[in-house]
Amino acid sequence: MSQNSQAPRGEMVKIMLNGAEVQADPHWSLLEAIQFYGIDIPTLCHDEGLTPYGVCRLCVVEIGSGDKTKLVASCMHPVWEGLEVRTHSNRVIKTRKTILELLIARCPSSKKLQDMAALLELKEVRFEPLNDDCILCGLCVRMCEEQMGAKAIGFAGRGPERYITTPFDMNSEECRKCGACMYICPVVELRCQGPQAETVLCSGCINTEPVCAPDYGEAMCFMVPCLSCVKGPEDVK
Amino acid sequence: MKVISAKELEDLRNEILAGKDQDKPCIAVCGGPGCLANQCLEVRDAFVNEIAAKGLTDKVDVRTTGCHGFCERGPIALIYPQEIFYQRLSIDDIPEIIEQTIVNNKTIDRLLYTDDEAGQLVETEGEVPFYKKQMRLILGNNSKIDPHSIEDYIAIGGYSALVKVLGGMQPMDVVDEIKNSGIRGRGGGGFPTGRKWESTRNAQGDIKYVICNADEGDPGAFMDRSILEGNPHSVLEGMIIGAYAIGSNEGYVYVRNEYPLALKNINLAIKQAREAGLLGDNILGSGFGFDLKVNRGGGAFVCGESTALMASLEGKPGEPRAKYIHTSDKGLWDRPSNLNNVETWANIPLIINNGADWYSAIGTESSKGTKVFSLVGKINNTGLVEVPMGMTLREIIFDIGGGIPDGKAFKAVQTGGPSGGCIPESLIDLPVDYDRLTEVGSMMGSGGMIVMDEDTCMVDVALYFINFLMEESCGKCVPCREGLLRMGEILTNITEGRGRMEDLDLIQDLSEVLKDASLCGLGQTAPNPVMSTLKYFRDEYEAHIKDHKCPAGVCTELITYSIDADNCTGCGLCLKKCPAEAITGETKQPHVLDAGKCIKCGICYDVCKFDAVIKE
Amino acid sequence: MTANESKVDSIIDEYNAEPGSLISILQDIQLEYNYLPEESLEYVAKILDIPRVQVFGVATFFKAFSLKPKGKQQIHVCMGTACHVRGSKKVLEELERKLEIKAGDTTDDGEYTLETVNCVGACALGPVVVENEKYHGEMTPIKVESLLNSKKV
Repeated sequence: MSQNSQAPRGEMVKIMLNGAEVQADPHWSLLEAIQFYGIDIPTLCHDEGLTPYGVCRLCVVEIGSGDKTKLVASCMHPVWEGLEVRTHSNRVIKTRKTILELLIARCPSSKKLQDMAALLELKEVRFEPLNDDCILCGLCVRMCEEQMGAKAIGFAGRGPERYITTPFDMNSEECRKCGACMYICPVVELRCQGPQAETVLCSGCINTEPVCAPDYGEAMCFMVPCLSCVKGPEDVK
Repeated sequence: MKVISAKELEDLRNEILAGKDQDKPCIAVCGGPGCLANQCLEVRDAFVNEIAAKGLTDKVDVRTTGCHGFCERGPIALIYPQEIFYQRLSIDDIPEIIEQTIVNNKTIDRLLYTDDEAGQLVETEGEVPFYKKQMRLILGNNSKIDPHSIEDYIAIGGYSALVKVLGGMQPMDVVDEIKNSGIRGRGGGGFPTGRKWESTRNAQGDIKYVICNADEGDPGAFMDRSILEGNPHSVLEGMIIGAYAIGSNEGYVYVRNEYPLALKNINLAIKQAREAGLLGDNILGSGFGFDLKVNRGGGAFVCGESTALMASLEGKPGEPRAKYIHTSDKGLWDRPSNLNNVETWANIPLIINNGADWYSAIGTESSKGTKVFSLVGKINNTGLVEVPMGMTLREIIFDIGGGIPDGKAFKAVQTGGPSGGCIPESLIDLPVDYDRLTEVGSMMGSGGMIVMDEDTCMVDVALYFINFLMEESCGKCVPCREGLLRMGEILTNITEGRGRMEDLDLIQDLSEVLKDASLCGLGQTAPNPVMSTLKYFRDEYEAHIKDHKCPAGVCTELITYSIDADNCTGCGLCLKKCPAEAITGETKQPHVLDAGKCIKCGICYDVCKFDAVIKE
Repeated sequence: MTANESKVDSIIDEYNAEPGSLISILQDIQLEYNYLPEESLEYVAKILDIPRVQVFGVATFFKAFSLKPKGKQQIHVCMGTACHVRGSKKVLEELERKLEIKAGDTTDDGEYTLETVNCVGACALGPVVVENEKYHGEMTPIKVESLLNSKKV
């Protein structure tokens, strides 16, 4: 919306966030406003330091009122005066779950996705697992281009054949082996060892808060299986 | 010749008209895509040669024109000035036409169209039932002009709308005129054109673009192609007018690369318009300048989406982006951009010349003007038809289209391209306009109209569209990329007899997510073919799932072929043709088909002259 | 400068080396060589100053482009909706069987490339097969053999 960029700095707009009237900076994205007020919604392709991309669609929220409502990707959507937002309506929850279901079916070994499934209380995956590695969130591509200035990787192909690669699928001279792509990748971390072929969902992580989190913070854990850091039954919450 | 003022253009028009003898016979040979595929150029050459051989070159004109619409009867020729309609021509007919019709002024009955219902031959185009109910405001000029001649276009009043606009209308007057006409975009979404223009006009920025979407990617549709091939100057004129109204000096035409003739004709038209001073600086002395570039599409259906098309114009993959900020504010190179499709642009000169009131009197409450449809599939009169909005499906399919071939029963009509829906027989009296089509779960789209008969399997049709969309999806957002892949999987399972009833609920869930959460219009409308077939033809889905039967006999995994020993004469034809060597038998003895070896290609069924091959 | 580069140079010059013309430039290169040779893509990226990965992305996104050489004979099966409901799938399957390749592939001897197209606008003639620009209407699996035989010398 052009009114967005025209609004002077410092002037706030009012939005209705889950029924409460709150102030928002018109230069924020809707996701920023939602996060500012401490509401947690899942995101996968979003990172504060990178241009919003709006492709995982997990951050969808419902806007509008009456029979004129729709879902929008909050990471891309601007805020404006009077905008009505619902972050956890039934329609939103159902949509997020089905999207996650599609993603897990693609990459069942992603711990990030499995954790998210536990959080969203996803109970079943109704599709054949594909055991892929990449969820095509494009964080690495943006990281490489925007933060590293290398443009060493990008998308190729289209539709179901879309993939992330180096130019001509070869070792790329632009790549400085900085590792930023791996750093930002949400699925390159420890493979989830849980998923059984019959269920796809790991369900080992019913305990949604990792036991090791207080000790290791956000550091990657390379233990297999992850529960090996549990010293005794008292450590299991 | 360069025309530097409105008066000079009028003078030129009068000069061209004065040089034309209205009574001079002219043979207009249709050069549309259907007729081209039917060797119409050989027919045209035969006319030229025969006329030369008879020494009539100065007395008879031959014109290769754009599409006349009646593809079913191609190659077609119209003989002016009488407008005699000759159809299904072959080169052998040509000497007779010259001898009889041109020289002796007699019609040749054999080449005329027979109106079966009235049981008589019809002489002129206007009397042919296919044309009678149409209102061909856009397509009608195709047969009257040579698309390679700007003079021909000027002679039929071309560029007079531009003269009117530049001669005294303020840009905002033009926007108002278009708004008042009620015209909505002919490319898919049906957004009001005038409002789009107004937003782009009001957007901030010195440089603005107008773009013509001629990347017609709908399978089974060739409306835009035929307009661009047959009357490119009408599109140019519309674009120049739009640019003036919006305040743009640069434009693009994005043409599908698979349309070489359309590319050639629009490039030639631009060159001619530049030479005539109708493109470039200071058009007709008005001080307003505008010029155009032609870009070729790379072959991606998703480029019909405005942001994807613009990405592709910037030299990037055709991936859409979120449109929460409209392209009228930030489009091509982040500048205000106005995109309309070929047919919309071609309507503009008509509206300006005849006025918004005239235009808005045609059509229905919410949909104004005419719409060109590509009427194809299981239909007698395949072709392009142009009708006022609000005509019922029945009139289009039966009165104009002549109904279903081979006495088969009508089953459904699919409108709106791959993202449209299938409309069943019970809704055949539906008036065709934007909103009514949306109400029944389909859409106008760009005007594809595919007729299906009793032999069409609706599950197979749904799978066809989902596979098409899956391959054409850019793959950027999860719901569209993964959702369509899964939907295709489920539908494949159903057509191959592995479907489960709960799959239907899963399809429903996926459809809702695609519609709600996809990034662009492609994904948001992609469930339409599945949802509409599931709504109107649920019994067919159930037959595939519960009974493992394909009622229409299309899904190969669910049909079997066998040979009826009573009817089989043992001619051996099927045995010879079978690529799988699945048929055995002695000559003149009933043959046997080994179902284990059969690959279900259907060749035996097609070749058998004795109805001895049974498909069930 | 190699001979290939000078050919590509003249194509690039035609579009004033504008990055926005990348797709048009690639189309002309494809027309020239029947495919997109990798070295010409590298060269285009260098001259237009576009990231190589973007050139590769565009070359693999659009259907018009091929990174592999195509066969001498191009067979295009129309898979438009009108052709589909009239049975184009069976025609394609028969072509795949006869040529022993899948749609999108080229025969080992480099003779044939079999491809599907979305619509060729000749719906009245459906199913349509276009063989080196020549239209064959009302195709059936049975007619496939004679179509291929007519090509053999």
